[in-house]
Amino acid sequence: MNQTRLDAGFDASTSAEVIRTRGASVRFGERLLWSGVDLAIGPGTFSAILGPNGAGKSTLLKVFLGLQPLASGTVNVLGAPAGAARRRIGYVPQRGGYDRTIRIRGIDVVRLGLDGSRWGVPLSALRARRTREAVAEVVDLVGATPYADRPIGELSGGEQQRLVVAQALVRRPELLLLDEPLDSLDLANQAAVAALVQRICRERGVTVVMVAHDVNPILPFLDQVVYVAGGKAVVGAPNHVITTATLSALYGARVEVLRASDGRLVVVGTPEAPALHADRHAG
Amino acid sequence: MTATLAILAWVPPIVGHPFMRNAFLAGTGIAAGCGAVGYFVVLRSQVFTGDALSHVAFTGALAALAAGVDLWFGLFGATIAVAVGMGLLGRSGRADDVVIGSVFAWMLGLGVLFLSIYTSNSSGANGTAGVSVLFGSILGLSAGAAAAAALIGGMILAGVFLIARPLLFASLDEAVAAARGVPVRALGIGFLALVGLTAAETTQAVGALLLLGLLAAPAAAAHQLTTRPFRGLALATTLAIGAMWVGLAASYVFPSVPPSFAIIATAVASYAGASALHHASSRGSITRGHRDGTAAPRSEAIDV
Amino acid sequence: MTVTLFDYPFMINALRAGTIVAVVSGAMGWFMVLRRQTFAGHTLSLVGFPGAAGAILIGLSPAFGYFGFCVAAGVIIAMASPPVGSALYSEESAVIGSVQAFSLACGFLFVNLYHGNLNGLTNLLFGSFLGITNGQVLSLLAVAVAALVALGLIARPLLFASVDPEVAAATGVPVRSLAVAFLLLLGIAAAEASQITGSLLVFALLVLPPATAQVITARPLLGICLSVVLGVAVTWAGLAMAYYTPYPTGAFITTLSFAGYVAARGIRTLSARTGTGPAPMREALT
Repeated sequence: MNQTRLDAGFDASTSAEVIRTRGASVRFGERLLWSGVDLAIGPGTFSAILGPNGAGKSTLLKVFLGLQPLASGTVNVLGAPAGAARRRIGYVPQRGGYDRTIRIRGIDVVRLGLDGSRWGVPLSALRARRTREAVAEVVDLVGATPYADRPIGELSGGEQQRLVVAQALVRRPELLLLDEPLDSLDLANQAAVAALVQRICRERGVTVVMVAHDVNPILPFLDQVVYVAGGKAVVGAPNHVITTATLSALYGARVEVLRASDGRLVVVGTPEAPALHADRHAG
Repeated sequence: MTATLAILAWVPPIVGHPFMRNAFLAGTGIAAGCGAVGYFVVLRSQVFTGDALSHVAFTGALAALAAGVDLWFGLFGATIAVAVGMGLLGRSGRADDVVIGSVFAWMLGLGVLFLSIYTSNSSGANGTAGVSVLFGSILGLSAGAAAAAALIGGMILAGVFLIARPLLFASLDEAVAAARGVPVRALGIGFLALVGLTAAETTQAVGALLLLGLLAAPAAAAHQLTTRPFRGLALATTLAIGAMWVGLAASYVFPSVPPSFAIIATAVASYAGASALHHASSRGSITRGHRDGTAAPRSEAIDV
Repeated sequence: MTVTLFDYPFMINALRAGTIVAVVSGAMGWFMVLRRQTFAGHTLSLVGFPGAAGAILIGLSPAFGYFGFCVAAGVIIAMASPPVGSALYSEESAVIGSVQAFSLACGFLFVNLYHGNLNGLTNLLFGSFLGITNGQVLSLLAVAVAALVALGLIARPLLFASVDPEVAAATGVPVRSLAVAFLLLLGIAAAEASQITGSLLVFALLVLPPATAQVITARPLLGICLSVVLGVAVTWAGLAMAYYTPYPTGAFITTLSFAGYVAARGIRTLSARTGTGPAPMREALT
């Protein structure tokens, strides 16, 4: 797929790297969550962070955002220590969906991504116009224009998800971090949002790092996989990482990767629970 | 036209009386702060926190009276202290409805104990202080007290407007706001302190038992009428002030009607009206249900 | 022969009324706590306050007002509300807050209109044991018996519907009708309890003894009996204390039942740490 670009990013010390970690580890009190994580993510690539529940995938994202300190090792994001370049990163965290009775428009939620951290109330008329245009543009990009004026609580899961992606994009970030954005969507919406993210990556050159529970909706788009399990991480191309040999070595237990008849990958035999990468949202 | 003239004819008599002038001055400031704070209280689903703080206001004020101290120490001290305490304890522990309700009830019981101590100690008093704490005493404010109340109300209003945007962000999208550098936790605690201050303020106007009405109803009405956050904030403030003015005027025209009743009744009526308007207007449009597999709405256990 | 409080007819009536009310509240409240409808119960009793004050205003006994308004509110809430166990959204909280404030405001208006004094107001809000007539005791008893019989009839399907509404509905239990019926009964219980503890403090009898019982045991029959016993105990103790001091009944009953609840929680937490003790009803987190 994008093999050459992957190789260049994987083994490089190129200054164009978007994210670079060396020997990173995170500790929660006594417990060492993971350690010895070396990875490099190149510009404009689409990477996924995979692994079983509790492995520390979301934590890795928080490390990139500078919200979680490392116990050891280094992390550089956009050429600066993690947390310094926040303005250039768009973040779509895990959410349970908005309360059905919240009466704030979707477009206002998107707008918060632009100026929500500024004190006071918006006053300047000139800035208002520029803000409106920026917001309208990004809402159009995600295809949410028909319903962006409705209260966000009334929208469906897929519609809300598009709007939160828009919120993350409104500042035109160079890096987009998403934490299980497809998790609570049905299959059709998973495909649609995955395609949207892919489009943003390729057309806008935004580097995308997505934590996913199920790799299949995004498998065709991936340049690189970071598989976190058993306190370690393996980084590489999908067809190198998601294999019986690699994952068994990672888990330290007999794990099998099967390819279903429709091409989907299924991982069975993981120590926690059989991580069925398919059929999670069927029905 | 004649209706307007008839209403305007009441204005000179109303402002002619010092106690009414004081009431309007204090009431406007109090209502402004209450409406603005209330907008976010409703947005953040913290109405029960407001309820808890109103009980604290009652007990704190009466504890001060029973101890022979100035009412204000107990009123303001207790509400702000408890509010900040709730903020510091919050999130790390979600108390369930039985625990919260039990603490409410126990505090009310304590409060009425203090009330009895106070009324039996001060044998000369005819219990008006107790009624004032319960149901407000806006018509009994001195010019100085009214000015102070208006000033504090104005400060609350300014405070809300200052933190409005980051608070909105933190309320809707906590994780993203935190990632963006918004001090979510500090804002939450600071906001609760504002709620406590508002509860204490509003007790003077409508009493501890009724202040929840002025906090929640105009704000909820604003939420029904508009989905634009800053308009909603302004609308909540305006509706609260409107309820205050109408209530005060009504209690002037009908002296046997206590002002706190009139104010709360107007506020609740505005909420009912706004709800009716909203439901009527949305019945015409085709409502798109949650057709596709969706995320479950975030259920709200009673979380302070 | 020393004169005790039992020598006074009004105290005897107060104890009788208190016992009846505690029994009803203990039984109804057990289900209410199970169904997580404690705030519905609180709101129902608050609505009784303007009812009672309104009744006094037009010259009736407050009991009429309590019963009329509480039961009506129960029916309205039952018609309007979502199924058991659903969470409270921000809108619903605002509605409940507004209803509570408006009820209290109306009650205050009525008290003002009949020129009631602070004492009268305090009695309605925080309870009183004075002036309970034989007739009132009899009517409380009659209503209590009817309500308890009704509860006994629906108890088992109600338990099923409360714990597992979907499975119950699937096996033919009329979950929705039971919900309505229960709220009606709850209105009756709230009205009864209000006459002893006052409208604001029904938590003391409707919630705290049952909640304490549920902390101690998970078994329904034992729990209901325990809830009733605890309720009667705090009512008797509270009435005695109120007799000997100038303070309102509700304050004592609240404090005692709250203390009992905290003690039970504390003991449960300690015994959980040491690994002993029976399984509690619900793992309420703090």
